[in-house]
Amino acid sequence: MKRSVWSFLLPLLVVLAVGLFPLVTQKDLHRETAFTLLRAVALAASLNIILGFTGYVSFGHVVFYGLGGYVAFYLVAVKGWPFWAAMLMGGVAAALLAYLIGAGILRLRGAYFALVTIGVNEAMKAFIYNFQPFGGPTGLTMNFAVYKAYGGPKAVLWMTYYWLFAIAILLVLVTYWIRTSKFGLGLLSIREDEDAAEVMGVRTARFKTWAFTLSAFFPGLVGAIFFFRNASIEPHDAFPLHVSIESIVMVMLGGQGTVIGPLVGGIGYQWMRVFLLTNPLLKNIQLAVAGALLLLIVLFIPAGLVGWLRRRFPATRRFLL
Amino acid sequence: MNVLLRTENVVKRFGGLVAVNQVSFELYEGEILGLIGPNGAGKTTLFNCINGIYRPEEGRIFFRDTDITGWRPWRLAHMGMARTFQIVRPLAELTVRENVMVGAAFGEKQMPLRQAAKIADEVLEFLGLAPRADQLAGSLNVAQKKRLELARALAAQPRLLLLDEVLAGLNPTEVDEMVETIRRIRERGITILMIEHVMRAIMNLSDRILVLNFGELIAEGTPEEIAQNEEVIRAYLGDPKLAQRFALEE
Repeated sequence: MKRSVWSFLLPLLVVLAVGLFPLVTQKDLHRETAFTLLRAVALAASLNIILGFTGYVSFGHVVFYGLGGYVAFYLVAVKGWPFWAAMLMGGVAAALLAYLIGAGILRLRGAYFALVTIGVNEAMKAFIYNFQPFGGPTGLTMNFAVYKAYGGPKAVLWMTYYWLFAIAILLVLVTYWIRTSKFGLGLLSIREDEDAAEVMGVRTARFKTWAFTLSAFFPGLVGAIFFFRNASIEPHDAFPLHVSIESIVMVMLGGQGTVIGPLVGGIGYQWMRVFLLTNPLLKNIQLAVAGALLLLIVLFIPAGLVGWLRRRFPATRRFLL
Repeated sequence: MNVLLRTENVVKRFGGLVAVNQVSFELYEGEILGLIGPNGAGKTTLFNCINGIYRPEEGRIFFRDTDITGWRPWRLAHMGMARTFQIVRPLAELTVRENVMVGAAFGEKQMPLRQAAKIADEVLEFLGLAPRADQLAGSLNVAQKKRLELARALAAQPRLLLLDEVLAGLNPTEVDEMVETIRRIRERGITILMIEHVMRAIMNLSDRILVLNFGELIAEGTPEEIAQNEEVIRAYLGDPKLAQRFALEE
């Protein structure tokens, strides 16, 4: 089956549509909405690399977000680094952590891996609580003078938005590349049957470690962006377990292991969240709804929306990837 | 003739059970070597040792004159060893073509995807699976899944092919087709070590046969020799009358 060029263009258009909207309207409100959507999309698309392509359910995705946020924040606020370099280091720190722990914990499979990733998150939170350079339990705050170098707080909000937009586009390119590359074929074979994959010559340990590392790099960048514009960072905000869970819901909702699925899932889930948060009756149970949603997806459409479409209508496989 | 694979006193234990006990044999390039024995004799365990899934407790295994004892399966795949599984293991959510591409892309030749896709289509054509190439592997029936196992292994263009009961679960027509396919694979110059319970087939195909019983190698020889070996008849077939019938069938 020849793959249509739309399999690449559709996911790109989804991200472009969300990202360009506030650039056209130039409204702060639209920019903040798009920021939330793009952040969700970036978290989901990066989690998809380890969860969707490789088949390892990680509840620790937010640990990379928090660590990247902390490292970048520290470098900008305390060490006076330029933001772009600090952000890059945030991503590198997150990727390095994934690389180091991946070699150990990726030997575990299924529920055992999932449990350990929760442990990693809690351990990191406990570590930061007691790590004085990062401010311990009170965290760090940004001196507003830092923003002057970037043209003031308003300009920072736009600059960080451009960075996030660029990262979301990069993620589409990266996930499309993975899905259509030999590396990706190796990952998919691990997801389907790890032992059979290794017998066929896939270096499973190495492939998994790289997938995990790549998957961790992007939330590191996103965390750096988020906390830089947030002007403060503390352990409780940096490592919320529910963000990991919501990321899983977004990936599963849209379709794990597809390129466009996590984008659709991320946007769809955030849209639902806004609906719940603004509803006086439901606003206090929005996480419970997310949990129930995950349950329903796993039970009835484990392949997610895009996966379901691909299975139900095989003709869509040409352009839905 | 060159020795492609050699085992020396291989021992594999599971707790107190000795699944493979002091097994030594040689496999020559270009031959089909059959491996038979009653259920639980240790045939698949021996395969798993050769193929790196298990590390034997004792003994050594040589492949292409290299000591490969304890090597991981992917390393052996890169050296030109391929296998099929007794219980089929399709990559269910991938298409049939993608399944076969994995074999080609990660085998000894480490082909780029484009070339792997070409090889996959050739192999699928060879095994009669070409019309199913774009189907998900999970949707195939048992006979087709068996062929898919074989296709994946073949796409790697291996030097040594380990076949673990590729005929099990097939109806007589399918068995005949598969036997013919295995012959044609050998004609391509691929050396084969095969476990099989379908006697008629293995007696027909094999140049030599090894017999395992309770983890030990109890006989080795041509199919004719094995068919008449007293110990094999006793240990493997139990009932001598059954053996006569089985000899007549030949």
